[in-house]
Amino acid sequence: MRRLAKAIVLGVWLLITLFPLYWIVITSLKPKAEIFSLPIRYWPGKVTFEHYADLFSFADFGVYLLNSLLVSLVAAGAVTMIGVLGGYTLARFTFPGRGALMLAFLVTQMIPLFIALGPLYLLMSDLDLLNRLAGLMLVYVAMLVPFATIIMRGFYERIPVALEEAAQVDGASRLVAMVRVVIPVMLPGIAATFIFAFVQCWNELFLAITFIDSEDAKTIPVAMNSFITQYDIDWGSMAAATVVSVLPTLVLFAAIRRYIVEGLTAGAVKG
Amino acid sequence: MSLGSARPAFSVRKARFIALCLLPGVVFVVLFTYYPMIRGAVIAFQQYNLFDLTSTPFVGLANFRAVLAEDRFWMALRNTGTWVVVSLFFQFVLGFGLALLLRRHFRGRGLYQAWVFFPWAMSGFLIGLLWRWMFNGQFGVINDLLLRTGIIEHRIGFLATPGWAMTSVIVANVWYGVTFFAIMIMAALQSVPRELYEAADVDGASRIRQFWHVTLPHIRPTLALIVLLRIIWILNFPDLIYSMTGGGPAGSTDIITTFLIQQVIGGDYGRGGAVGMLILGLLLAFTVFYLNATRFEKAR
Repeated sequence: MRRLAKAIVLGVWLLITLFPLYWIVITSLKPKAEIFSLPIRYWPGKVTFEHYADLFSFADFGVYLLNSLLVSLVAAGAVTMIGVLGGYTLARFTFPGRGALMLAFLVTQMIPLFIALGPLYLLMSDLDLLNRLAGLMLVYVAMLVPFATIIMRGFYERIPVALEEAAQVDGASRLVAMVRVVIPVMLPGIAATFIFAFVQCWNELFLAITFIDSEDAKTIPVAMNSFITQYDIDWGSMAAATVVSVLPTLVLFAAIRRYIVEGLTAGAVKG
Repeated sequence: MSLGSARPAFSVRKARFIALCLLPGVVFVVLFTYYPMIRGAVIAFQQYNLFDLTSTPFVGLANFRAVLAEDRFWMALRNTGTWVVVSLFFQFVLGFGLALLLRRHFRGRGLYQAWVFFPWAMSGFLIGLLWRWMFNGQFGVINDLLLRTGIIEHRIGFLATPGWAMTSVIVANVWYGVTFFAIMIMAALQSVPRELYEAADVDGASRIRQFWHVTLPHIRPTLALIVLLRIIWILNFPDLIYSMTGGGPAGSTDIITTFLIQQVIGGDYGRGGAVGMLILGLLLAFTVFYLNATRFEKAR
């Protein structure tokens, strides 16, 4: 009886969780006339891919997709490298200012970057980086450096120092020891950090809409945001765009779920 | 304990290594995070409008006075309270429930978690869009379901009616946030040593008594921290509201962070800076108050 009740509750919650996803997929596959007609159909009468085709023919979705991909890959790559280096130093050395630096990084995690949206716009303008993907990349790296560094530090701390010392006794320099011995052990953590950073960049909205308004530099969220501000929302295209932009993140997050959970809880539970 | 401590002769090399490793990160954070924040704090005291940058004189507290004199600001502040408290309450209760149900291993638990945690991979912006479509007043599926089940008799313009709009964005936010609480609370539950339960079993304590007298006291400090982090996070989460209602209708779903973004998009950086400072002050005051109230340090 208890087990049945538990199964029912879990089933209902799963349904509630998945239904919106189902609904957006279904909407993206319905012909336009069917999306805006009553009664609502819970299964498309006729499946169509026209909304997906529209995205790439009417809107330059291919360009946005490529822009998002480029910005996210470069920024996530850079931030991961910076995290690998910074996290190592914070985990393995004590030096003056270490505590202050950690605090300065942690504080940025409590304060959203958009609080300085105006000044950031001015800075980008001064540096001539408005409407340029490079500008977004730089800001995204800054946005994610504290997180990447702190999480990497946590991963390093789980690796025994003896591992590196052994390599150093064999005559390897610190850097060589790090690259040859530590990094391979860390690979899953590094991959998880990279993916997490990638998804954050892929999804970022407010900075992107502030810095970018030219068609050839738009990322997916910027483009979708401009769909909204039009008088009527074309929900077919919107649904298709949502599916296209959420698909990669679903796959990536599924791959690193365990690490996200670990990373998230490590901070709070050990607190 | 540092690696190099046994070899003081290399301390210059060591210092150089440390500096080189940390430099890139520090440069980025200083240039693109701290510098803009400090500049924002300065701009808050200037007349600074994007559309007239020829003169940007210092105007003392004028921006703060202007913001505090606006009804929309106070409305946003009240809405922020509703948004945070109600969202948090349901996220916490449902998340706790889910965590308890998932605590014990059962067949398919991993798969279940993978599916049930998916909202998390989505951005607040997309979640707002998703629910905006589902709450649509005419073709929305939520209206349809409520009509079919006889809960309502006429379609409701959820996002066009002030009270309903707030309810709708909170529903979306709860849907999104339960996962987070479930994950965090599951981790906290796993941190309770098994021996404590075994001891309680020996004493003949019931499941419910064990929960109140063993589980809860043990995870209380962690819960307090999770809740604090979550409050700050929900407060700093304008994305969903932005795409779902844009703060409307008539400002009824504006929270303090969507209000800030509107100021900046409107080009008034002076006021934007002032709102930013007010948010920071609020966050800081709240955090200090909260840590004192939950006596986090002692509990730890």
